[in-house]
Amino acid sequence: MSKLPLRARLATSLSGAAGRVSRMTGRGDGSVIGGVLGLRVEPELLRLLAADRQVVLVTGTNGKTTTTRLITAALGALGQDVASNAFGANMEAGLASALGRAPDAPYAVLETDERYLPAVIEATQPRVVVLLNLSRDQMDRAAEIWLTARRWREALAKADGCVVVANADDPLIAWAASTAPRVTWVAAGQRWHEDSWCCPECGAHLRRDELGWRCGECGFARPSTRWVLSDESVIDDTGKMRELNLALPGRANASNAVIALAVASHFGATVDQALPRLRAVKSVAGRYTQVQRRGRLVRLLLAKNPAGWLEAFDVLAPAPVPVLLAVNAQTPDGKDTSWLWDVDYRVLLGRPVYVAGERRIDLAVRLEADQVPFELVDGIDDAIGRVDGGELDVIANYTAFQQIRALVGRTE
Amino acid sequence: MTDSVGRHAAAEELAETLILPARRESYVNGNGQGLARGPVVRAAGRHEARASVTGGEADEDHGARLTDAAQPAPVAGERMANRTSALRLVWVYPDLLSTYGDRGNLLVLIRRAKLRGIDVEAVEVKSDQPVPNQGDIYLLGGGEDLPQILAANRLRKDGGLVAAANHGSVVFAVCAGYQVLGHRFGGVEGEPVDGLSILDITSGRGDRRGVGELVADVDPALSVPRFTGFENHQGVTRLGPGARPLAQVSLGVGNGDGTEGAYAGKVLGTYMHGPALARNPGLADLLLSWVAGRLAPLDPDAEEWASQLRAERLAAVGG
Repeated sequence: MSKLPLRARLATSLSGAAGRVSRMTGRGDGSVIGGVLGLRVEPELLRLLAADRQVVLVTGTNGKTTTTRLITAALGALGQDVASNAFGANMEAGLASALGRAPDAPYAVLETDERYLPAVIEATQPRVVVLLNLSRDQMDRAAEIWLTARRWREALAKADGCVVVANADDPLIAWAASTAPRVTWVAAGQRWHEDSWCCPECGAHLRRDELGWRCGECGFARPSTRWVLSDESVIDDTGKMRELNLALPGRANASNAVIALAVASHFGATVDQALPRLRAVKSVAGRYTQVQRRGRLVRLLLAKNPAGWLEAFDVLAPAPVPVLLAVNAQTPDGKDTSWLWDVDYRVLLGRPVYVAGERRIDLAVRLEADQVPFELVDGIDDAIGRVDGGELDVIANYTAFQQIRALVGRTE
Repeated sequence: MTDSVGRHAAAEELAETLILPARRESYVNGNGQGLARGPVVRAAGRHEARASVTGGEADEDHGARLTDAAQPAPVAGERMANRTSALRLVWVYPDLLSTYGDRGNLLVLIRRAKLRGIDVEAVEVKSDQPVPNQGDIYLLGGGEDLPQILAANRLRKDGGLVAAANHGSVVFAVCAGYQVLGHRFGGVEGEPVDGLSILDITSGRGDRRGVGELVADVDPALSVPRFTGFENHQGVTRLGPGARPLAQVSLGVGNGDGTEGAYAGKVLGTYMHGPALARNPGLADLLLSWVAGRLAPLDPDAEEWASQLRAERLAAVGG
């Protein structure tokens, strides 16, 4: 802390105080407000706070928060403090706040909003940049994803000092990472193909087979990988295979875990050291949390975009365990609900489906088109009241999730 | 996604059956071998539209298509009664033009046709496949700049969609797809890119993006209730004398001059993106009626949710 200039020290102590006030007054978890105040005092705060640390930036459309948490857990094996914006406050203010709260941590794992990645690379000079996936998400406020990938390419081409850890199975990610001087490619899988039918380099239709993807026209192809997710196991860069056995459910989290292990190995944490720490992670910022409410076991899943919904369906309890779907369209969710039509809801057939949220009528029209029977409900407690068995799964988008979490309690 | 794989295969089959010369003959002769569909009944409207096309240059790519002479033309209104084949919905290039919920338009048309007992055959034609020219309704979705340019280039080269439109097939296009139907649109840096010229419109890039709810009053000639939709585009579109505005904007941007969308004959485009038909079932029925003739009204229960959604969205913006 003492190595920071006075203005930066003042900024970080102000921001820490504001964060405490925010938490104490129940207005938030304090992770953003502190950073906002701090940045007003010292615009270069992020750069100053990141200086002399080993920084990992994590970005992509889905899995940022979970992967950030997993990498933080894995780096715990090194026995030193790790700064992290663990609650998903992923713009500059949230990053500065996270660093300000852990001034002495030599490591920092920072979830970074897709749009801010180039600026944050410039400010923090990261040692590792993690690129998870890119798919359609809140297009009323976010840039088109090909444009996002192009901006990443430009930023990574100039980032000499860093290693990119990237998912080779996502063509747009592979294209974005391919300008970087050093890349560790991970075979992390891709379930959602709807945004990568075409070659990001030339636009021709991509061919896919069990070996991966390849452009028939320009030859751009899936890079060969050093780390592999194989069913429920990881194959590391020496070829050794181990079962993951994570507490977090689903294929998406297995994929996030393999990426976390690849990142940890860059810092000298071996798979044998890191993997037990990944297994100990049971929920992430309330996601995957199981809570007891009115005698029912309620499990909370966050899904913000079509690819995320596909992953959420993947971890539902088997039918006929009922599911509550809750959708809002506030600014953080994106005000456009068109994406509902990109999700195939027919997988929900065979279980009771309840529908809530500010845009539940949009969802009703959508489910009707898929001939999935449903009931409209007034919120989670209404749904719980209608459930016969002891369990209820909940899938909600961002603000709908926050509303439900506020109601059932912020348990970690 | 086994589903899309299945549809992919179906698209190939349809493309093959409709375009390969050998198959084409069997189709015309009406033996329907291996198709389980039987002969194509040509809708009367198509002959009229075709007759108005001069030169027929659009047919060059695939040579002479299914000839009209093989079948007597049923009169409008008796079309579905005389049809022995399913209503064919063709979703054009979902790999390039499907940015935000565009599948919704396909699903809404399928649902509303099936509720009236009309058989539907839906195919998705990817950009590496030929576009069949014998579909009844063609759908084009929205897309980012680069895929939009690729789609326009491929569709021009392929010729199938242009031929179908010139034969009087219904075309419904949203956002980027709408612009592609016109003479030109703005590329990645705003440079002009050639479209298909099946709609007399020219698009360019405006100063800022229009993002938000759109409400517009539809041309009374179409007898469709007020539009409610969502738009997200930077395009500005000018209509030539050969196209009429689809609607007059009361909230939002639309074409940029107070009008929204355009239509000519059975080719129709709008800036309401994504699942525009989900909130505007009247427009879905208009498209279906252009193929199937007058439609029976739906059971009120079947309209309930869509009606609620329309009311909610219009109320939310004070429409």
